[in-house]
Amino acid sequence: MREIESKIITDTIAEMCIEANHYLTPDMEKALDDAVSNEISPLGKQVLCQLKENLSIAGSDTIPICQDTGMAVVFAEIGQDVHITGGTLTDAINEGVHKGYTEGFLRKSVVGDPLERVNTGDNTPAVIHYDIVPGDGLKLTLAPKGFGSENMSRIFMLKPAEGIEGVKNAVLTAVNDAGPNACPPMVVGVGIGGTFEKAAILSKKALLRPAGEHSDISYVRELEEELLERINKTGIGPGGLGGRVTAMAVNVLTYPTHIAGLPVAINICCHVNRHSVRNL
Amino acid sequence: MDKRINMPLSKEDALSLNCGDYVYLTGTIYTARDAAHKRMYEALRKGEALPVDIKGQTIYYMGPSPAREGRPIGSAGPTTASRMDKYAPELLDLGLIGMIGKGKRTQEVKDAMIRNGAVYFAAVGGAGALLSKCIISSEVVAYDDLGTEAIRKLEVKDFPVIVVIDHTGRDLYIESQKQYREE
Repeated sequence: MREIESKIITDTIAEMCIEANHYLTPDMEKALDDAVSNEISPLGKQVLCQLKENLSIAGSDTIPICQDTGMAVVFAEIGQDVHITGGTLTDAINEGVHKGYTEGFLRKSVVGDPLERVNTGDNTPAVIHYDIVPGDGLKLTLAPKGFGSENMSRIFMLKPAEGIEGVKNAVLTAVNDAGPNACPPMVVGVGIGGTFEKAAILSKKALLRPAGEHSDISYVRELEEELLERINKTGIGPGGLGGRVTAMAVNVLTYPTHIAGLPVAINICCHVNRHSVRNL
Repeated sequence: MDKRINMPLSKEDALSLNCGDYVYLTGTIYTARDAAHKRMYEALRKGEALPVDIKGQTIYYMGPSPAREGRPIGSAGPTTASRMDKYAPELLDLGLIGMIGKGKRTQEVKDAMIRNGAVYFAAVGGAGALLSKCIISSEVVAYDDLGTEAIRKLEVKDFPVIVVIDHTGRDLYIESQKQYREE
């Protein structure tokens, strides 16, 4: 049994909150460079160049890439041979979010109750997804999620007879409805299968896969490529101001499902597809 | 066409701006987003005055991240305007002349804009670090308890925006998507 002190987890999460909100991963930077090359609309290109300049200012001047520094979503893969000391894992993560958002001058965007709507003042609580895995490691992934794009995300409980065409229509419907609201160029996470909530979590996890990488399942890879091409024919473009680059990546994850169902969740992310990963 | 406009926006300038114009704004604007709009709406229901006189003013739908020492503001990009659609027509009828945000508006908002000669600008969503550089000063003027959602008075210089909906109701989102859509 390996022991990990909760304070180390808190400090790590705090660092990750600050890092993710100021720097994008290299795959997202490359996707943005490619977008500039592929865009034919002059205004679209201008928007993309502003986004590149914005990234550079965020890093050099320590200003968050986007003022919506998100709700902190954490995926924790905890080895079954790990014991957390000095407190619970959930408390350690939330204390890390408190510390990161307070010390890092990040926006506090969380209200304590969805209808009473009083800000909690420190961006807690996080939304945490736990997975128990073999071994004695702890892998933490932090993905702050802004709500301009989160609000445009959808779930469809399709009939099995609707098949792959139904899935494609669902994704294109979500993207078309999102349009300029989701701060395109987007990254589109799609979860197919499982149950209602499993599909939604898969769609969020799909956003973590580096832009430009594809599924190992050949029909899923083809689906990702076709969806990206069709999304980029909608004309929505950068900032929704018209153009060919509406999405930079479509990532699909699948899971076994019930004989009666075909759940499809579409989690839309803006171009600020943030995440930070640490192995403890 | 690129234009430079002084804020507050004059009636003449509002009527001269066309859908698709790229505009640099310099002068005073106010921020308000969801919670501030809800509170203004409730004040009006009770027959109370708004905490700022919005006549002839422009509201930027924005809630900034906290400012670091020595800086006027943190990251400061636009939020989605459609969440303010419920409140915007009444504010436009009270004299609000400009709105800055991102994303689609309802026909009710467009009708109120046409009726009042108002303009809806988009700033680039997700460019909050870049846009913060065009904000010279920021002062909370109402609803301080709302934190990031308080009403702020901003002085901006060459703040880059695009006219998405002009006073005739033309909508750049609709027109430009048609232009680039491939069947």
